[in-house]
Amino acid sequence: MAAVAQPGATTVVQQSAGGNPWAGPPEGENVFGMITQNVSRLTEAKPPRAWYVAFAIALALLTMFGLSLAYLFYTGIGVWGNMVPVAWCFDIVNFVFWVGIGHAGTLISAILYLLRQDWRTAINRAAEAMTIFAVVCAAIFPGIHIGRPWLPYWMFPIPNQMGMWPQFRSPLEWDVFAVGTYATVSLLFWYMGMIPDFATFRDRSTTKIRRIAYGIVAMGWRGSSRQWHRYERAYLLLAALATPLVLSVHSVVSFDFATSQLPGWHTTIFPPYFVAGAIFGGFAMVVTLLVPARQFFGLKYIITLRHIELMTKVILGTGMLVGYAYGMEFFIAWYSGSLYEGFTFINRLFGPYAWAYWTMIFCNVVAPQIFWSRKMRRNVWVAFAVGVIVNVGMWFERFVIIGTSLARDFLPSSWGYYVPTPTDYTTLGGSFGLFFTLFLLFCRYLPTVAMAEVKAIMPEAHVQHGHGGAH
Amino acid sequence: MTRTPIFPRWANKLRLVAGLALGGAPIYLTGFVWYGFSPKTTDIGYQPQQPVPYSHALHAGELGIDCRYCHNTVDKASHAAIPATETCMNCHARVWPESEKLALVRESAQSGKSVAWRKVHDLPDYVYFDHSAHVTRGVGCVSCHGRVDRAAVVAQEQPLSMAWCLDCHRAPERHLRPPEAVTQMDWKAPEDPVAYGKKLREAGNINPPTDCSTCHR
Repeated sequence: MAAVAQPGATTVVQQSAGGNPWAGPPEGENVFGMITQNVSRLTEAKPPRAWYVAFAIALALLTMFGLSLAYLFYTGIGVWGNMVPVAWCFDIVNFVFWVGIGHAGTLISAILYLLRQDWRTAINRAAEAMTIFAVVCAAIFPGIHIGRPWLPYWMFPIPNQMGMWPQFRSPLEWDVFAVGTYATVSLLFWYMGMIPDFATFRDRSTTKIRRIAYGIVAMGWRGSSRQWHRYERAYLLLAALATPLVLSVHSVVSFDFATSQLPGWHTTIFPPYFVAGAIFGGFAMVVTLLVPARQFFGLKYIITLRHIELMTKVILGTGMLVGYAYGMEFFIAWYSGSLYEGFTFINRLFGPYAWAYWTMIFCNVVAPQIFWSRKMRRNVWVAFAVGVIVNVGMWFERFVIIGTSLARDFLPSSWGYYVPTPTDYTTLGGSFGLFFTLFLLFCRYLPTVAMAEVKAIMPEAHVQHGHGGAH
Repeated sequence: MTRTPIFPRWANKLRLVAGLALGGAPIYLTGFVWYGFSPKTTDIGYQPQQPVPYSHALHAGELGIDCRYCHNTVDKASHAAIPATETCMNCHARVWPESEKLALVRESAQSGKSVAWRKVHDLPDYVYFDHSAHVTRGVGCVSCHGRVDRAAVVAQEQPLSMAWCLDCHRAPERHLRPPEAVTQMDWKAPEDPVAYGKKLREAGNINPPTDCSTCHR
């Protein structure tokens, strides 16, 4: 058998010690078989205890989310701390936060695919799933933010008895289309990628329910070369379609702010700044999810240290882009000579929300610098911790932009201070419950890793190369 | 590797059905909201039974009583008054004073309690509609209420939906007439109604606003 010590592929490891089957590598008659076994066993065997613990926590948070929303719907928007002048706060902060999270998935699945970055295959499925779930969380917030949760269909141009159409000149409406397109394309991309793996699950299934369920979603996949040919074509086309979305979605989200005249929002750097921030936060979330997943669900043999390291490099790079944007905002505030711009940024540094600003700077600019060290990049728990910190920082970035800009605009007489209510916190925390519940269900029932794609980039798949007559 | 197929042969047909259902669902939903939520579907034809079998066909049609005899505030206020029982009794003290059908009216006249008429044309509370603004500028009663003079029991004829209001606010000439003819149910324009309406519109400087705050204050 050929050596398997290949970066991005699998590494040779010892058999598990002790009784925990998840600690060691899965069995497999060869390397391909091991990949299949590794990915399938989480859906086939009884999952590790860590899964149950995590799922219980996620479900508890999800319940909190449901209760918060029920309370909101029953009582009204007044249960939030939003109050003029801060009419947008946690609702929109959370929306932008969750939409941003998704970007890493699209970047990994589309752009890295077109750039032939083969290492993406180990993580792209989970990242795409994360994208879908983040968009689900994001979509809830505009829906509840409008205050009449039974009327969100007004956001869509559906012919109606009121003769009323959405305001097509508003970036808020562009957002509906940008996020809608994003959700649709991401969902198609994700689902299409899973079809061959569903077929694997179907063929391995031992129970009737599994056979029928995976049989339906596998859509009759047989793995013939004609099917593969078309599949690869479609994948390429979808990747090309999804690529502009990486840039467009968060650009459009940033227009919600940039097209207004509020100092702190009215900024031309917003589109690229938001996109960089989204990829930054998205990769941080991928690391946050995948470090425990690989550790506890036995995926270490596919998602290797090399993947973690590459992702931390992306975090470091995009983190510095974000840091540059923070600096450039200050430069422009000074260079514009606008009194209000200047005040807004001084206010961010030293105003009543300075604590939020410095939290953001620490989390997004200072913390990722640790990744200059290779040792730290390869320490999964450091990567995990920084991932969490960056997520906190990216949430605070949106809070700083939205909340603090609104709290102090042109007229001192209309200034205010926003204080979130407990419901604001439970809604934010609860949205994580929804996210983690979906992700854990994904780990348990869907192919967490793109088995077919991982196999395709392994040395064994390229018989003509590098084996020098080992067969 | 041969194995028995998971799905029977007829499942292939199901695939087509599923595809159609999935693709058709958004179209169906759009159509459902468009048609199903429309007052054209839900409200037109609403014809509640009134406590007293009052016939507009008899009073306004056969007898030719002017609308404003009973609905006397229609050209002065936003609300078109439902007549007081005294208005009925002006005639019915002498006409059919013993009629069974009028028992409730007589009772109301004696007790001073109103007859519980049921509202047919009911706008949502967030709509501020002003009858006088329309009537004094020459929008005929018939434009919104239909041929009340032929209705034994009044029913809603127009959807009263927002799009329906806007249709007229955007092109009022189709429904304009000289203000003195507003209650005349069978009025016909002396020439092409739209051209005539345009003249009236110009003469009366009638430019109905379409801002949200016109109706939603």
